[in-house]
Amino acid sequence: MLKNTPKVKLRGLFKIFGADDKSVLPHVQNGMSKEELLEKHKHVLGLQSIDVDMQAGEITVVMGLSGSGKSTLIRHLNRLIEPTAGEIVVDGEDVTQLSQADLRTLRQEKMSMVFQKFALLPHRTVQQNAAMSLDVRGMDKETQDTEARKWLERVGLGGYEDHYPSQLSGGMQQRVGIARALTANTDIMLMDEAFSALDPLIRTDMQDLLLELQLELKKTIIFITHDLDEALKLADHLVILKDGAVVQQGEPQGILLNPADPYIEDFVSDINRARVLRIRSITNPLKSKKFSGDVDADDNLESLIALSEGDTALTYRVMSDGEPIGELNMRDLVKALVPRISSTQAA
Amino acid sequence: MKHGCGPFFFGGTQMATYDWFFNALGLRDWCDAGTSEAPMSMADLLAETGNAVEEPFYAIPFPSLDALNEACGQITQTRDVVKGLEEGFLAIRPALRAILDPITQPLSWMLDGTLYLFTQAPWFLIMAMLLLVTWYATRSVSVMLFNAFCLSFFAFVDHFEPAMETLAVILVCTVISAIFGIPIGIAMSKSNRLQRMVIPVLDLLQTLPTFVYLIPLIFLFPIGESRLYGIAITLYAIVPIIRLTDLGIRLVDQDVIEAGNAFGMNARQKLSKVELPLALPNIMAGLNQTIMMSLAMVVIASMVTAPGLGVLVLRGIRNLELGVGLMAGICIVLLAVMLDRTSKAALSRIDRAKSKTS
Repeated sequence: MLKNTPKVKLRGLFKIFGADDKSVLPHVQNGMSKEELLEKHKHVLGLQSIDVDMQAGEITVVMGLSGSGKSTLIRHLNRLIEPTAGEIVVDGEDVTQLSQADLRTLRQEKMSMVFQKFALLPHRTVQQNAAMSLDVRGMDKETQDTEARKWLERVGLGGYEDHYPSQLSGGMQQRVGIARALTANTDIMLMDEAFSALDPLIRTDMQDLLLELQLELKKTIIFITHDLDEALKLADHLVILKDGAVVQQGEPQGILLNPADPYIEDFVSDINRARVLRIRSITNPLKSKKFSGDVDADDNLESLIALSEGDTALTYRVMSDGEPIGELNMRDLVKALVPRISSTQAA
Repeated sequence: MKHGCGPFFFGGTQMATYDWFFNALGLRDWCDAGTSEAPMSMADLLAETGNAVEEPFYAIPFPSLDALNEACGQITQTRDVVKGLEEGFLAIRPALRAILDPITQPLSWMLDGTLYLFTQAPWFLIMAMLLLVTWYATRSVSVMLFNAFCLSFFAFVDHFEPAMETLAVILVCTVISAIFGIPIGIAMSKSNRLQRMVIPVLDLLQTLPTFVYLIPLIFLFPIGESRLYGIAITLYAIVPIIRLTDLGIRLVDQDVIEAGNAFGMNARQKLSKVELPLALPNIMAGLNQTIMMSLAMVVIASMVTAPGLGVLVLRGIRNLELGVGLMAGICIVLLAVMLDRTSKAALSRIDRAKSKTS
């Protein structure tokens, strides 16, 4: 994977909602806050100075609370929302400069989207829904059918082809949504809170399904969520938004261990760190000679705690692909489980 | 001059209520120069004979055109304005006719052709055809049985032909309304400006007393031509289908439209694959209303030669033939129930297909 040529590159992206967004842009660029902008100019600040690189074959998760601008951000990638300023570069091509016709081609061939509320066509069967993208492109019926069937089978909906969306449960409807996106056979998949409307058990199923598909398909996935557990489970690259600005981005384990500001500390304080943190993230260089046993670097801390039966005196050798890469003392593990609270908050 | 405002004689000229107004403005000379040559009204005559009734002071007239004309001959009387309206209308009539004649000609042909078909074809063929259409549209045995009963009743009481004439007119006008109404509704749903422009026109068409349509149409088209009533009915009946098409498309779930956009649909694909199918229940409800309003209007339009049951109702009123009017009325009610049931059943069949789906 070439780290220096991201699949999707956002540079200096601004979005201001309002009638005269271009003219108030300089105020925002000079640091006017969201509240001040609303009060003085009656414009709503959607996104400010977003710089994000999304690597090919990775899942980039954009996380934030409601109103943080995450859904606005994802809609900029296929220009369902027009940016006020900035560049959106997909495969080296600036999306903001495309004509309407080229934009449609981009949406048909490069990006597919999965929606929070599924947004299936109620009057079409599951199969017709899955084939929607090919139908839009004007492909022949036969290709549509075989492709749709293949992907419906792949997401576990074989046998439901002739049902209508309303006859399916929420989880199954979203599987249709995913099949529809996969049938489009695009490199990039945009998932806008795709699992937020599902109940927790189904949500876990769907996350597993997505990871399993991703292992095989290696798509560039941009996933929006407000759920940190979901974000940590799926993300290769995590972007945290607040008030339309990026507060911190990077590898999720790194964010968890080194939150950049109180907002993120708040966020990460509630989660089960033992389950989310991987051994790899807190491994120290090899020093000891004697180990209580070998553990895999990609296991989470919870499994190691279970293995050690809570004995903090033990030290384990950390293995990755059969090679020793370091060691982990159980005392360091316990330290890593304590969430870092900033001094201001502790006081 | 007991009350200060009753008409009285002064130097041979009659004083009027608003003389003081023109006097005060110094317009007396100008007014007298243009004394109306219009024939005298009855009130003037009465006043001149000196038998004028003493009017109480509160009978002061509103400063209307007629009242002002009494005081100043330069002001036109209302009847002149009415005459002007008429003359103006008659003046633009040739131009209007030159445009409207060719474009409305097909309507006459359609109406005449359909009427010919419905009245000349053997009764059993028409009945069979109508019942087949009912079955195709509703797939409901009960509606079909009801329609069969109604059609048999019309035939049994020898009202089959007028009933079929009425039905033929409704059919043509509904089709015309759909052909024009649905595209107008679609255009309105796409443009807020167009919607703002069209809605007052629709309000006007819906609130105008139905008879008022007929007056200009009588002058525009030769009496006896079927488009005369065809246009009157269509103007009245087209409103609901325009409104509900517009509403239906505006109510389509924005999430689904966004999905269409996200997968790169163009405007035409969005319309045919998303908006129209999802708006269909509303459009069908509009069609049902259009049918019912056509029926209401076709009865009134019998005053301008629309054939069918309305003619019998009109005869009942004119000649005080109570029985004739009542029997025609019963047939109209049955026809109305028939049309309503059938179109509602067709609508609910679409809704069912949709609820299976939504």
